[in-house]
Amino acid sequence: MAAHQPDWASLADGQAGTSRTYGPVNRTDIVRYQGASGDFNPIHHDEPFATASGYPAPLGIGMFHAGMLCNWAAEWMGPERVRKTRVRWKEGVFPGDTLTFSGSIAKLHEVEGERFAEVEMVCTKQTGAVAVQAWATFSFGKAP
Amino acid sequence: MARSESLGIEGQPFRMDIERGKIHEFARALQSTHPDYWTTENPVIPPTYLTSMFFWEEKVEGADPWVDVAMNQDRGMHAEQEFTFFGPPPRAGQTLTAKSRIAEFYEKAGRRGGKLTFVVKVTDFFDADGNKVAEARMTGVETERPPEEG
Repeated sequence: MAAHQPDWASLADGQAGTSRTYGPVNRTDIVRYQGASGDFNPIHHDEPFATASGYPAPLGIGMFHAGMLCNWAAEWMGPERVRKTRVRWKEGVFPGDTLTFSGSIAKLHEVEGERFAEVEMVCTKQTGAVAVQAWATFSFGKAP
Repeated sequence: MARSESLGIEGQPFRMDIERGKIHEFARALQSTHPDYWTTENPVIPPTYLTSMFFWEEKVEGADPWVDVAMNQDRGMHAEQEFTFFGPPPRAGQTLTAKSRIAEFYEKAGRRGGKLTFVVKVTDFFDADGNKVAEARMTGVETERPPEEG
């Protein structure tokens, strides 16, 4: 049973999604994500290794908060409608940071009769700094 | 130093099964409670799920051409990541075949001086009928000096 997904007619250029705040991020969140993803780089969980590398604490794992950000948009538009996601990392995240996922519809358009919504989004930290920028494309099928 | 000779190197193909339990685990790790990921028999994958190809890639000798890039671990970072689906994203129950290549290698001047080397690894994913269903593009960047000194 699919969760609620918006209709094409309910979307508008510039429309914002309902932002989500998560945190503070803790070491268990990072370890859980590493276990699920298969990226076991010790910089993200081994405290002595991370501090020896010049970090104050284990460095948050980029694909964790980038994945949460892309999934935030997927849950808004519908996970089956995702056709593309692109993320760019701007600043590191550390345990204790609180993250906010927000974004809006940049463009609604048709390509060869298929309707697409382009979403632009950011993951910001409690300081206001942008940790990740992302873009996603969602298909709403053939125009009637 | 990242090796420019790695440009064009292709990895061996590897199999990746899309599994319900793994989707549930991955969605949970992304702190998602969305029912589409766990209430159906064949849930759709979360948008960044294919990153878990690590588990399948490491089982096949020569599957990961990133090894040939030999990027310096202290000066290398994940700069960008992209996933493209050529239709609805894969679902649990599908078996994909994936194959990676080093698709781009270029240099740019950094903002604070020093050279930045960008390397792009592309992984193509095919379904059981041989149709390309997804593509992953990973961009790594290596700084000329350690980031804290840059």
